[in-house]
Amino acid sequence: MTTPTLAMRVLRAPRASFIGRPTFTVAVLVLAAMTLGAVFAPAIAPYPPDAPDFLAVNAPPSPAHWLGTDGLGRDLLSRLLYGARTALLGPLLVVIGSTAVGMLLGLLAGWRGGWIDAALGRVFDVLFAFPSLLLAIMAVALFGKGLVAPVIAMSIAYAPFVARLTRSLVKAERTRPYVAAYRVAGFGGAFIAFRSVLPNVTPIVGAQSTLNFGYVLAELAGLSFLGLGVQPPTPDWGAMINEAQAGIVGGHFLPAIVPAVAVVIAVVAVNIIGEELSDRIGGGAPA
Amino acid sequence: MAAAQAAAGSGAHGRFTGAGLRRVAGKLGGLALTLFLASLLVFFSRFLVPGDPVSFLLRGRKPSAEAVAQVTAQYGLDLPPWQQYLDWVVGALHGDFGRSLQFRQDVATVIGDRLPVTLMLVVMAGIGIAVVGVGAGIVAALNRGKALDRVTLIGLTVLSAIPSFVGSIVLISVFAVQLGWFPTFGSGDGFGDMVYHLVLPSIALAIVFVVLVGKVTRSSMVEQLGREHVEVATSRGLKRGTVIRRHVFRNALGPILTVSGVLVAGLIVASTIVEAAFGLSGIGSLLVQSVDRLDFPVVQAIVMFVVTAFVVVNAVVDVLEPVIDPRSAAGAGAR
Repeated sequence: MTTPTLAMRVLRAPRASFIGRPTFTVAVLVLAAMTLGAVFAPAIAPYPPDAPDFLAVNAPPSPAHWLGTDGLGRDLLSRLLYGARTALLGPLLVVIGSTAVGMLLGLLAGWRGGWIDAALGRVFDVLFAFPSLLLAIMAVALFGKGLVAPVIAMSIAYAPFVARLTRSLVKAERTRPYVAAYRVAGFGGAFIAFRSVLPNVTPIVGAQSTLNFGYVLAELAGLSFLGLGVQPPTPDWGAMINEAQAGIVGGHFLPAIVPAVAVVIAVVAVNIIGEELSDRIGGGAPA
Repeated sequence: MAAAQAAAGSGAHGRFTGAGLRRVAGKLGGLALTLFLASLLVFFSRFLVPGDPVSFLLRGRKPSAEAVAQVTAQYGLDLPPWQQYLDWVVGALHGDFGRSLQFRQDVATVIGDRLPVTLMLVVMAGIGIAVVGVGAGIVAALNRGKALDRVTLIGLTVLSAIPSFVGSIVLISVFAVQLGWFPTFGSGDGFGDMVYHLVLPSIALAIVFVVLVGKVTRSSMVEQLGREHVEVATSRGLKRGTVIRRHVFRNALGPILTVSGVLVAGLIVASTIVEAAFGLSGIGSLLVQSVDRLDFPVVQAIVMFVVTAFVVVNAVVDVLEPVIDPRSAAGAGAR
């Protein structure tokens, strides 16, 4: 099998995709709106996130409460806006953390090869056997509830995927003429690896890491849904669904459906952006 | 010349079996090493927590002299760490994971009681994923480039964005509460009742995973459809259905099987969320409950169980692949 050179992959025309340009634009706008909503929640939200309105408990949408209220009479729109903060910040930290760690280890394995490569490969194999959500739950069991331990655990869980991709790209880069040219010019291995090889593989790895964002978002929300992540009364999409669960049997669907729809919209938007980015930049199948 | 050919043939055959056996042995060695390293991680993770191990294990409980003595004895906390690990691993190999702190029962008994629900849930979801995912992949591949292909792909992408907790609450809201077709809670008694209770949970569990199998099936089928041997089979006048079944799908099965192996651990872990949503008492909800009640021995045992399931299933898939598709064995032998 012939692998196209990196330059060809980057320069080549975007792959034909069923995602059109308008869809991509809409996805970017949606995510931008969610981010702005999260950042400026205190300014935009019509109510404080934990202010109860005892006259409107489990209220349907109305001019006073655009998305209705939950079982304690708290405004769902306000909680949704505040909840976006933890819902989006957690995955962002995991993607940054796993990409940084994964790229460094991948660069080390691919550049040095030999026993370092073999040892790291073994470590990755072991980590692959721990599904990310399981590692996050174990971290909670060790260090207590909240977002800190799960975010660190998931950064570790996702790092091997990034590292494998980086390693294979770096291995391909190593044999390319420009690396030999640098060597002839007298540059050291570390300099070449960090200053020229790393920047060359970054776009592809970055695009693939974007695709992880959606998975992490869903998993962290799931963790809060289980009651192990963000703790009530702090508004968080997953925690909101957890709190609203009891109401479902009584026919009060809105407090659970509203944050659930927000999760789905965020995941769809991020996945569309991630797939479009990897299509434009190239780099083969997701790791 | 005929003799030379026969000799070469038998030689190749002998090499194939030898390579095959060596491959299986290598896989088993890799499996054992991975499990060993994973057990180190699971056991020694406890040592990452700063502070006194007795107070870590007894968080939230009254550190009575009796409880302290029990935990110290169970974990051998007065022994050196490697001795503690050895005792734990030897016990685990014999099915003894110590005693649960919350139930005052053996961990193995506690897990054994809840295993059937989770296994049933995973099996039902697995069947659903296989049928819908492979079906959608085949439909898309046979219509590639046409509207039906695009619709199927978009449908799969949308499904992939529905996390299991969202699927759960929507299914409960619509089919259990509003329509009343299914129970909202519990796992039922007896086999038939259990299957009935697990219909909605298994759908909620399956949704996210259908996309993986669907996309792999599609791309694997598309690749095979473009192969020469398929054209030859078609030009020989074989019926299209026969060509698809015998020449395309059979050859496309390898990647589908591989991705299915990867799914197993994901399904067990995701069932945690579904079990919590539907109030099922499986090992997933037991895991959450044990984290919640600071019952670390149970957490350790369940984590080790899931990791073992993942590693073993993938090794089995790896070993089975050449049986289903002899080309991959020949390829491994030639290398």
